[in-house]
Amino acid sequence: MSPVLQVQNLRTHFFTKAGVVKAVDDVSFSLERGKILGLVGESGSGKSMTGYSIMGLIDAPGKIVDGSILLNGEIIIDPHFQYPPRHWRGLRGNRLAMIFQDPMMTLNPVLRIDTQMIEAITAHQKISKTVARERCLETLAKVGIASPEERLNSYPHQFSGGMRQRVAIAIALLNKPDVIIADEPTTALDVTIQGQILFEMQKLCRESGTALIWITHDLSVVAGLADDIAVMYAGKVVEYGSVADVLDTPLHPYTQGLLESVPSRNIRGQALKQIPGMTPSLLNIGAGCAFRDRCQYRLADCEAALALSVHSANRQVRCLYPLMADSGATA
Amino acid sequence: MSNILELKNISKRFTKKLDLAGKAARLLGSGARDETVYAVDKVNLVIKRGEVVGLVGESGCGKTTLGRVVVGIHPPSEGERWWQGRDVATLSAAEKHAMQLQLQMIFQDPYASLNPRLRVIDIIGEAPVVHGMVAANEQTDYVAELMQKVGLDATLAKRFPHQFSGGQRARIGIARALAVKPQFLVCDEAVAALDVSIQAQVLNLFIELRQEFNLTYLFISHDLGVVRHLSDRVVIMYLGRVVEVGATDDIFASTGLSNAHPYTQALLAEVPRLDVRKKNFVAIKGEIPSPLNPPSGCHFHPRCPHALPRCSIEQPVLRKIAPLRLSACHLNDL
Repeated sequence: MSPVLQVQNLRTHFFTKAGVVKAVDDVSFSLERGKILGLVGESGSGKSMTGYSIMGLIDAPGKIVDGSILLNGEIIIDPHFQYPPRHWRGLRGNRLAMIFQDPMMTLNPVLRIDTQMIEAITAHQKISKTVARERCLETLAKVGIASPEERLNSYPHQFSGGMRQRVAIAIALLNKPDVIIADEPTTALDVTIQGQILFEMQKLCRESGTALIWITHDLSVVAGLADDIAVMYAGKVVEYGSVADVLDTPLHPYTQGLLESVPSRNIRGQALKQIPGMTPSLLNIGAGCAFRDRCQYRLADCEAALALSVHSANRQVRCLYPLMADSGATA
Repeated sequence: MSNILELKNISKRFTKKLDLAGKAARLLGSGARDETVYAVDKVNLVIKRGEVVGLVGESGCGKTTLGRVVVGIHPPSEGERWWQGRDVATLSAAEKHAMQLQLQMIFQDPYASLNPRLRVIDIIGEAPVVHGMVAANEQTDYVAELMQKVGLDATLAKRFPHQFSGGQRARIGIARALAVKPQFLVCDEAVAALDVSIQAQVLNLFIELRQEFNLTYLFISHDLGVVRHLSDRVVIMYLGRVVEVGATDDIFASTGLSNAHPYTQALLAEVPRLDVRKKNFVAIKGEIPSPLNPPSGCHFHPRCPHALPRCSIEQPVLRKIAPLRLSACHLNDL
């Protein structure tokens, strides 16, 4: 099966007065139909910028400087070509859709839900408003909104946070896109509501074959949801593989550190294992491993530039000395 | 262990008075009334010295309001607050003043809770100087010592809050609370805004400080993993009422057990876990109802899978079901 989305060596840099910020630096992954990729990283790791790059939402001073993005084998982003707005209008909301973290910001507060939903359909398809309205009702019911008839005539402020996020998901689903990018959609929600949203998303991906990129900082959410995980650090993917592989036998010291600092993995009341220091500034970050200053296994040659290397089938890691599967020692 | 703090039947109501149009409508015979939210509804809570109590619940359940009542930011609408065995209402002004210094709060948002126009040295050092705990000329040394204790570089004392990262700001907030040498800290979602690796650092700091200063914490969080790690006891709130209290290990072991409160079970089942892969998510139905118009009887009954006819009529009382374990559920009577 050929992948529905391929991101190859994507580099998105921001040219600021203080210098070049390499927000996304050499990110590659591919996604098949109906699969879920968890894009995990801390704030500032470039995970959201990867999502924005795919959607073509990078504004000046940011620019995609290198790499390519293919949707169904067709190039949609080429850094050497200036695409007209029409190119993006055909893709966004139609074949690519995005769900944002804050559902209050996604929805227009002065328009009713039906206006916003019908507009999303008629912008891409020549169908009557009545047919479009029917489709809206179906989609709202699909994301678990009770009595969609009434809800369709409401304004966003009449919904709770969880309901608003469902509406945002419904809008993303309206045109049956090939890929949905979800940027921390449940971070602002309670665990019970998060559970409901995860349940709906999982069901929808299984049924419709839509591929999903789930951007989050919470490893335990992707553990239950995703097929593959890409761990990002300082603009680079440092580890990539299936959920079971990455979480059970992390190869990169950063992944290991992240997993060990999750409270539920530690003995209650004892000090958590912690990664010392904090994420480096992305401004003028040098060559070599960006994690080296926080890494307990650091060696002299970690200063050298390094690429994401294939470790085994479907498993990639960006480390000169990946961890052994069985112990915490270096290879 | 003696009780450091006791809440007896504490309630906190917020009332929105009718505006002029509403009053006019009422005169003309409409059913308009003042709107009252029972943010905290008859809560009883005992916290012993040196204990860490975790307070858990969904947003809007009143956990932050309860924390603010504990510290004294909100006066309770009803009920008594006891501090070290004495009713706060009977304390003299001087004693109240002393109590207030012992009770400090760490606020939710490290971005909004620091004055952007003050330098760190003033944010941390102002209160101890005002209260005469430190002489003004010793402020610099005192602040430097505190900053080192919470893991900040003391040479940064002259900087402003915006020059710090989220994790560093959280530490400034902690240092500010510690500056007046409190015995009791209310931490309101103190690590919620932080990244995982920074969160681990701050949680470790809480554990160290507790041992060093023999602090008592009321740790408010919606993150059950964090609460489990830090707390000795857990209090679970739903829509202003306490539904279950128990030792941390008992509460977290109770998934699937018949004696746990259905809300606790539902909450625990929803927590994403690292060791559960390709989970089939089963959602608990419904959302937390509006506190303006809470369901009758047991507040949880519209969402409860085990609801009985009785649950919608009669409010269950919080009572002992096992040693150290309190629960408010009619199923306990069966």
